[in-house]
Formats: sequence, C-alpha cells, structure tokens
Amino acid sequence: MPPPLPTLAIPTLFLILIASAVSCSSLPPEDGIRIVSAEKRIDLTAPIVKVFLTLKVENAPTANDDASQVLLAFTPTEAQHLSIVKATRAEGKRKNKSYVPLPVEASDLDTTAPNGARLYSVLLSSPLKPGEATTLQVLYVLTHSLEPFPAEVSQSEPELVYYRDSAVLLSPYHVLEQVTYIKMPSNRIESFTRVDPTSRAGTEVKYGTYHNQMPSSYLPILVHYENNRPFAVVEELVRKVEISHWGNIQITEQYKLKHGGARHKGVFSRLEYQSRPSISGASSFKNLLARLPPRVHSVYYRDEIGNISSSHLRTDSHKSELEIEPRYPLFGGWHCTFTIGYGLPLQDFVFESVDGRRYINLTFGCPLLDTVVDDLTIKVVLPEGSKNPQPVAPFVTEKHLETSYLYLDVVGRPTVVLKKKNVVGEHNVPFQVYYEFNPIFMMAEPSMLISAALLFFIACIAYLHMDLSIGKSS
Amino acid sequence: MASMATTALDSLPAPLRSLRLKTKQQELLLRVSALALIYVLAFAVRLFSVLRYESMIHEFDPYFNYRTTLFLSDNGFSEFWNWFDSESWYPLGRVVGGTLFPGLMVTAALLHRLLRALSLAVHIREVCVLTAPFFAANTTLVAYAFGREIWDSGAGLVAAALIAIVPGYISRSVAGSYDNEGVAIFALLLTFYLFVRAVNTGSLAWALASAFGYFYMVSAWGGYVFIINLVPLYVFVLLVTGRYSQRLYVAYNCMYVLGMLLAMQIRFVGFQHVQSGEHMAAMGVFFLLQVFFFLDWVKYLLNDARLFKSFLRITLTCVFTVGTLALGIGTASGYISPWTGRFYSLLDPTYAKDHIPIIASVSEHQPTAWSSFMFDFHILLFLFPAGLYFCFKRLSDATIFVVMYGLTSMYFAGVMVRLILVAAPAVCLISAIAASATIKNLTTLIRTNSRSPQTTSGKTIGSKAAARGAIDQSLPFQHNAAIALLLGAFYLLSRYAIHCTWVTSEAYSSPSIVLAARGHNGGRVIFDDYREAYYWLRQNTPPDAKIMSWWDYGYQITAMGNRTVIVDNNTWNNTHIATVGRAMSSYEDEAYEIMQSLDVNYVLVVFGGVTGYSSDDINKFLWMVRIGGGVFPVIKEPDYLVNGEYRIDKGAAPKMLNCLMYKLCYYRFGELTTEYGKPPGYDRVRGVEIGNKDIKLEYLEEAFTTSNWIVRIYKVKPPKNRS
Repeated sequence: MPPPLPTLAIPTLFLILIASAVSCSSLPPEDGIRIVSAEKRIDLTAPIVKVFLTLKVENAPTANDDASQVLLAFTPTEAQHLSIVKATRAEGKRKNKSYVPLPVEASDLDTTAPNGARLYSVLLSSPLKPGEATTLQVLYVLTHSLEPFPAEVSQSEPELVYYRDSAVLLSPYHVLEQVTYIKMPSNRIESFTRVDPTSRAGTEVKYGTYHNQMPSSYLPILVHYENNRPFAVVEELVRKVEISHWGNIQITEQYKLKHGGARHKGVFSRLEYQSRPSISGASSFKNLLARLPPRVHSVYYRDEIGNISSSHLRTDSHKSELEIEPRYPLFGGWHCTFTIGYGLPLQDFVFESVDGRRYINLTFGCPLLDTVVDDLTIKVVLPEGSKNPQPVAPFVTEKHLETSYLYLDVVGRPTVVLKKKNVVGEHNVPFQVYYEFNPIFMMAEPSMLISAALLFFIACIAYLHMDLSIGKSS
Repeated sequence: MASMATTALDSLPAPLRSLRLKTKQQELLLRVSALALIYVLAFAVRLFSVLRYESMIHEFDPYFNYRTTLFLSDNGFSEFWNWFDSESWYPLGRVVGGTLFPGLMVTAALLHRLLRALSLAVHIREVCVLTAPFFAANTTLVAYAFGREIWDSGAGLVAAALIAIVPGYISRSVAGSYDNEGVAIFALLLTFYLFVRAVNTGSLAWALASAFGYFYMVSAWGGYVFIINLVPLYVFVLLVTGRYSQRLYVAYNCMYVLGMLLAMQIRFVGFQHVQSGEHMAAMGVFFLLQVFFFLDWVKYLLNDARLFKSFLRITLTCVFTVGTLALGIGTASGYISPWTGRFYSLLDPTYAKDHIPIIASVSEHQPTAWSSFMFDFHILLFLFPAGLYFCFKRLSDATIFVVMYGLTSMYFAGVMVRLILVAAPAVCLISAIAASATIKNLTTLIRTNSRSPQTTSGKTIGSKAAARGAIDQSLPFQHNAAIALLLGAFYLLSRYAIHCTWVTSEAYSSPSIVLAARGHNGGRVIFDDYREAYYWLRQNTPPDAKIMSWWDYGYQITAMGNRTVIVDNNTWNNTHIATVGRAMSSYEDEAYEIMQSLDVNYVLVVFGGVTGYSSDDINKFLWMVRIGGGVFPVIKEPDYLVNGEYRIDKGAAPKMLNCLMYKLCYYRFGELTTEYGKPPGYDRVRGVEIGNKDIKLEYLEEAFTTSNWIVRIYKVKPPKNRS
C-alpha cells in the first residue's frame, strides 16, 4: 500500500518551510557555488510528476577550493516520493555539445540541512575550478505527488488533482535568476497560486523570473487542475525469471494493480459507460500496454480464477507489445490482480563473459508503460547447479539469495532476489546477474527420467519372470 | 481378438522368426499395449475442454470441491475435518467437514502432495482439473478386469474401450469437471469388480479389498447407497435362485461388516448404516444370510427332511416376526429414520415435483428423455439387450450381478438424467460382452473356413473352432455373411467412436462459466461475464461483504469471489433458500427488510436479456416463487402469472413487474437497444419488450454490471438516518 498523501502534514510543513525561508538559516558552508540561472520545468501531464532542472552553476572566483559536487535539495515530502534523480552535464561548445551522465547519490550532509530537507549530491566528472561555470541538466521523478481533490468522484465527473511545489528552486545555494514552468495536460486549470510574476499561457503556468533568491528559499504554490490520465499504480510486482539452459527463459510477472486516482463513488452504470464513453468514466481506464522484448513467445495473461481473454499481442523485430484489458474497467480505488507470463529465447539474454562466467542481461523495472511500481521484486532463478550468483544493478537495490524448487529439482535452484521501491519507467535499464554454470548439470534431469523409466521396465521384466506364489500352483 | 495377430506373424522371414515371441507373450504384449492405448485415449479425449477453453474448473459444484481442496492442501487434514465455514449460509454457517464426502478432496490433495514429493511444481488447480480424466482412465482398467471376470479378457478389452469414450460417463468426467462423480464411478466399478471377484473366488482377501473399495466409494459420493442396496439385492436374488454358496457367504459378510464399519468413519455418513431406512435392506440381507447359514448347518446336523421342514417353519416365522418387530419399533421410535425425499424421488419420479420443489428445480434431476439416452449411449443401447441375451445364455454368479446392475441402473437412469452416469459402466460391460462374443464368433467362423483346406489345427482356438466349423459347414454363404456381419460390426463401432468424439467436443466440453458464441464474422466470441463479476467482487468489495443471490451461484461466489453468501448449492436448509426466494419475489421495501435481517451488502442477479443467454434468473424465477411460497405462504405463484402464463411484457402481472428480481434484472434496461429494428428494452431471451421500463430503485443502487450485462450486482444502501 502506498502511504496516503499526508494531507494534514503538508500545511504544517509549509509553515515550517516558510518560517525557514524567512529565518534563512544557512546551509552547509559549501565553497562558493552559486547558481547563475535555473530553469525548472514541471511536467504534470501524467500521474507521474517529472521535473527537469537546468542549472547553470558557477564556482565563485573568490572560492578557495575546486568544487567536486553540486548539491540538490528536496523537501522531506518530495524525498519520500522521489523515485529517481538523474543528472547530466553539458560538455563542449555549441556545435559538438554532448551530455555526460553524472552519478547522483544521497548526500550525508542531511543533518546540516534545515527542516529536514534532504540533499542529493551530483558528483562532477571534473572539478569546477574557481571562476568556472558549467550547465547541469537534472531530471527527477516524483510519484504519488498528485492529490485528488475532490477525493471521491462519481462516474460522470472528471478527476481534479492538487499539485504542491515551490515557485522558487529549493537550493542550498544562492540562485541569481530562476524561472519555473508547470505544464498541465489540459486547459482546465481550476486554480493556481500566484507568486508574482506569474503568467499562464494555455496549458502552461510560468512562475518568475525571480532574482537573487537566498539559499533555502521556498515559496509554496498549489495547482488545482484536471488530470484524467490513468492513475495506474502497481502496488506490488513480482517478476520471476527462470533460466533453462535448454534454450528458454520463462518470465512470470505478478501484478497487483490499483487505480490510484480519486476514489469512485456511488453507482457504476454500465449503460452510461457504454453509451457515453467520452464523458462517463473519464478518469477510468480499461487497458494497459506492456512492452515486452522481441521474439517473445507463449505469452499468457491470467489471474487467480483463470485466463483473461481480452489481450492482444503485436510483435515485430524490435519489440513486442502486449495490450491487456483487466476483467473490468478500473475506476478510482478499484483493484485488480493478474499475472503475465512469457518465454524468451535464451540466446538473446544469456551470454558468456570473458572470464568464463555466464550472465543474464535483462531489463529492470516494469514492462507496463506509464505506471508506478510501489514495490518491485525481481527473482532470477538460475539453473540448478549454478554457483556464485552475483547481481549487478545500476542503482541501489536490496538483494538477497534464496533457493527455489521447480520441476525435478534435488538441490534446488539458486535464486537472486532484488527488491526496489518506487520504480518508474526511468528504471527500465539493463541489469546483469553473473553466475558460474557447468553444462554437465543440464543432463541431470533427463538422466533421472531415463533411469526412472529404465527401472520401471526392469521391474516389469523381473515381475514377469518371477513366481511369487507361496504354494505350488497345480 | 488378440489371437488374430498370431496368424500375421506366421509369415515372417526366418531371421525375424527367431525374435518371435511365444503366443502367450504375444497375447500379453498385445493386451498390454491395447490397454495402454485405451488408458491414454480415455485421458486424452477428456482434454477437449482444456484445448478449447483453458485449464479451469467447470460448472457449479466443482467450485466448492476446488475451494475445499485448496483449504485441505493449505491447512491440513484435521483443520479440514473440523472446518466450520462461516462464508456460506450466512448467518448459519456450514460445518463443512461434517457435511461433505471428503474422498475427492483427499484424493486430489494426496495426488498433489505426491507430485510435489516428486518435485513436480504443479498447482493444485491443475491436479483438480485433471483428477476426473485420470480416474476415468483408471476406470478403463477396472472395466477391463471386470469384463475379464464376468466373460473373458476379450470382453474386458472391449469394455475398457467402450467405457473410455462413452458419452454418458464423459459428460461428468471431462477435464475440469472436478466433481464427486469423477472418482465415484471408478470407486463404484472397483467395488463391484472386487465383490464379484470375491464371490467368484470366495476369498477373504478380495472381500476385504471390496470393503475398502466400498469405503472409498462412501467417502466420495452419496451414490454409495446404490451399492449398499444393489449388493444385498444381488445376494437375495442368488439366495432365491438357489445359488447360495460358501463363497457368497464369505464375500458378503466380510464386505458388509467391514464396509459398514469403515463407512461409519465418514462423518457425513456416520451411523446411517444402522439407522437409516435406506440402509436397512443390507442389514436385513445380512441377517437373512446368517439364518440361511444356520439352517444349512442345522440341515446338515439333523439329516432328516421332515424334522428339518418343521424346524425351518419355526425358524422362519421367528426370524420374520423378530425382524418386522425390530424394524417397526425402530421406525416408530425414530431410531431408524424413514427414507429421504431424494430416495423417494428415485423410486417415484413424480414425488419430487409434488413435494420437494428444490430437487425438482434442478435440471439434472429431471426424468431422462429418450433422445438423451441415444445421445449418451448411441449403439450401446442396441448392444445392451444383445449383451443381456449372452449373459442369460451363460448364466453365472458374475453375469447375474452384471445383469442386475445393468437393469437397476437403467431404471434409475430413466428416472433422473444425471444417473445415466451410473448406468454407463454397466451398459458398457454388457454391450462389450455382446460385441466381443459376436465378433469372436464371426472371426472364428471366417478363420475355420479359410483354414479348412489346411491341416494346421494345433492352435488352441483353432481346434475348438474347427470342430464347430465342421458342424456349421452346411450353411450356405456362411463365410461371406460372416465377413459382411463383421464389417457391419466394425462400421457400427466406428460410428460409435465418431459419435462419442463429436459429443465430447461439442456438448460436454463447455465449462459453462465461460460462454462462447459465434460472432457475425464467424469468429468466436467469448462471454466471460461470470468471472468478471466474481473477480470484481473479490477485488473491490469489503472482505466481509455478504452477497445474496439465488443458490445456483453460491459456490461460485465463495470460490471465485471469495465472499460470504447467504445460500449456496448445498441446499441443506430449505427455509433459508425460501427466505432468499421470498426476498427476490417481494416488493423492494419488503425485500429490503429481509435483506437487512440477513445483513446483505450486495445482491447479485444473472440476466441474459442482452446476450440471449437463456438460463438466467428471470427464467428461474418461478422456482424462486415456488420454493419461497412453499415456506412463506404470502408468496403465491398465481400473483406472478397472468392466466397461468409467465409473462414479463406489458401484460405481465403487476406483482411480477415490481418484484425485486424483475427490478434488478431490468434496471435501466429500458434505455438500451439490444437488437436492431427492435424497440429499446427488448429482451432477447423472452423475445418481448419489457413491461416496466421506468424502474426506480430506492433501497439499492447499481454497483457493477458486466460488459454483456449477464451479471448485475447491486449494493444495498445502509438504512436512512432516523430524524
């Protein structure tokens, strides 16, 4: 279960933050980094909030040291819903400009930040010398950050949500010049906080330009707008990958899906839903798209009580798309669980590394598009007899080892379990599991079967040639 | 039949001849491979439903069995045995462990555990789905052994082949039909076979085995009553026809006493063997057998016919008086319960219709139509009398048994459609005797004719047949006629095979949960509304919600929807069902009071008016009225009829147009156009425009309607605040 939006906590938090903005306690006495100009673009078109920051960072000429990292600050609420932070640095001049990805990690300077703000540090590839400037592009994704208001809607009403943020960039540094854009999915914007200068153009609201903001400035804003995009939330996803060296990878994915938007209230009328599809059930959704690897085979889609007949699979040489329809359309607050399973050719995903080990190269994350996964578990079941499994993932995951028993297993299969919370589409990047495997183990199970059959026939022969009766038959 | 291959092997080249098996071995090989093929066939032919649809549980009762099996495999046997299920029959609950036949669930759970022990990672559902085909395949083996016991191994093989595909049996044992009958027919035939074998051999071991077979049967199905009445009847017939023997004495006594004691271990059966009228025949015959034995002994001791005659008279009078008195006192004091309604309705087909509407309302309890006999037995219907003729021609203890089994079960099959199932093995066995004996006679005729110029009469069968052939030589065209008859027999048998395959694939492999129809463009359209609704209930209602629906859907709601129901297919409490029937046939405000008293949160109705699905609640509604009216006289059937006619259009009775069931089925249906060129609110099942299009619900609100409107779920509103 995702934590319900702490509606009560937020106003209190604002008060504290506003207070902090006034009192303006200083952040870590970092060398003289300043943000020369900042642009914050908030994309609210989907249920998942994406924020793009373009920061022009300068190390003050007066600074003593080179700057090796740039800090980003998030409010505690944001940090709680923060799914991923990615940063790139623009290098080179205009013509051959390239973006180099930079590692981002949670900073240990949290204790020094005011009011529980969380700091993330972007580690620069080359330190910034005093007087130098560089441009950073930062993308961060927030989940569960839109609060439906009203919290319950009937079938014919659209879904309205609140989004809360700050008009100015929350930063531990001085911001010389800053602007914020908020993009909404439709023209229907109920209200938005004005912090002059504020302007609206169509589906976009612009805050700023603001000048010379002190560190830790925070100007709360609230946007109330219509968002009918499907709020598909996978509360729990367990992906099980079974490797068979006979040529197949079997993937089973168990979903616990929920419509995370405003709760449905009152009647559900099928008549309305069928006859007036445009206005009735605008916020509901009835199908989802899963992007599967190419050359996928034996796809199934079922739940605890059997097969679900409404799904379509489209395959081409680059990708496979599985369009699934839950048994019923999902309205706000409705749940549904299901399982998708498919097979993949072994040679597409399992390779031999230079040191003789084998590794499987799979995509992390959830194949369903535009969904949030609150709780993701990936289990990679290695073939029986493999040793020293070692997962390599591009981000921090919780991991441990298990043993699972499948068909005809004697010692069990080593299973690597990876867990991660709050997963979005940006997490769909490859990860690897390395392991050692001796092909002789492939023969174990067939030889067991063969010897069982052999024993059976020998027993039959023996039985037919033996006279087991006690007395002599006449 | 098997010996036919020996001739073909005679003409093998020399090097291969050294590899030749002895005739006996050849015969064994042929027999084993034929049986193995039949075994596989019996299993495979039942998989149509899995191929057409999916590996799923079918119909209604199997869902309960599946749910209990799940419970058993999750919680262990003692929990299962003591299970009080509060999810059904709210607010009464049901003592599940004490009101079911656990054989099927225990079997499936054991199979599942066995497969798990062999580290085959199968789900319990797959085990449940395939239990019936597996046992049907095992039944073929029993049929083979039985056929061999009563006739010869050829007849056994034919019986196995016939029973493997007989539609009457397939109808209840396709993959997914996870019902008691699936294993019970196996147990029934096994018990009979072991008993006949015990009678034939007089061996205590076989009698013991048959007692255990009987125990398994008792644990699996209520139809064991058939065994406990047929076996004594058989013993009685043997006594009357002067076929009494020590073998019979050993077999029956051992089987009855041990079987009875074992059966008492099943909680649902308990002491019925000594307390219920249905089981008294067995006890009577048991005592009769003792008297017979005693008299036999006295006769042997006295060695005087006159003295024995008077002794006989005295003893018989005493025994008769004591027996009658005991029965009379037992019945009068209530110690021996009288026959149940179900038993009566078997003996008198019209009984249920007058007295127990709840039994009469079930379609599988209706008397059988001739067409369904033809459908389920096909050529066996003609082979059956022929087989009886053969049996009478070679009368023995075993054939008498099978004749009695055949005749009684045929009678019961005529009374109730579902009992065709019980008759199927008997019909197969007797027909197999006919088919096998006929074919054998014909082939020996042909073989002796073709062999007569040669002088190889060393073969076992050849010599016998040659002798007969010499006598029959005089008949003209005998050879050709035999060939023609043989071809005819093969034609008939092949027609049988084709018919069975067709019936299995077309009629008996539909899960009835998923409905399939042909679309306009010829493609298959799937109506999966039931599961849509049940899954919606499972996911989107509070876990303690109580669902009211007609009892047909009770098992499915608890198994698939995982919610509490008021009544279900167990139908043990007629009053409770009548209460639901009354609620459905009352006006909304009266129904609301009933629903409030039962804590109902949701009401579920099945409605086929949009799709043309005819077994919906409106068509079942008169039974609800009848059952409700049977207990609550306020509900009167004529109130819902117009001149004795059941109508839903404008001319319908006002009570009909405003009762809860009508309102729930047709709520907002009047705004929907179902068929081109017809007015809105046109019911495609009844073929009329509905009479009440302006339905307002006061105490309920629509909660969910499936995509084809087949299942409609309404939420009962909480009571209004008192102001």
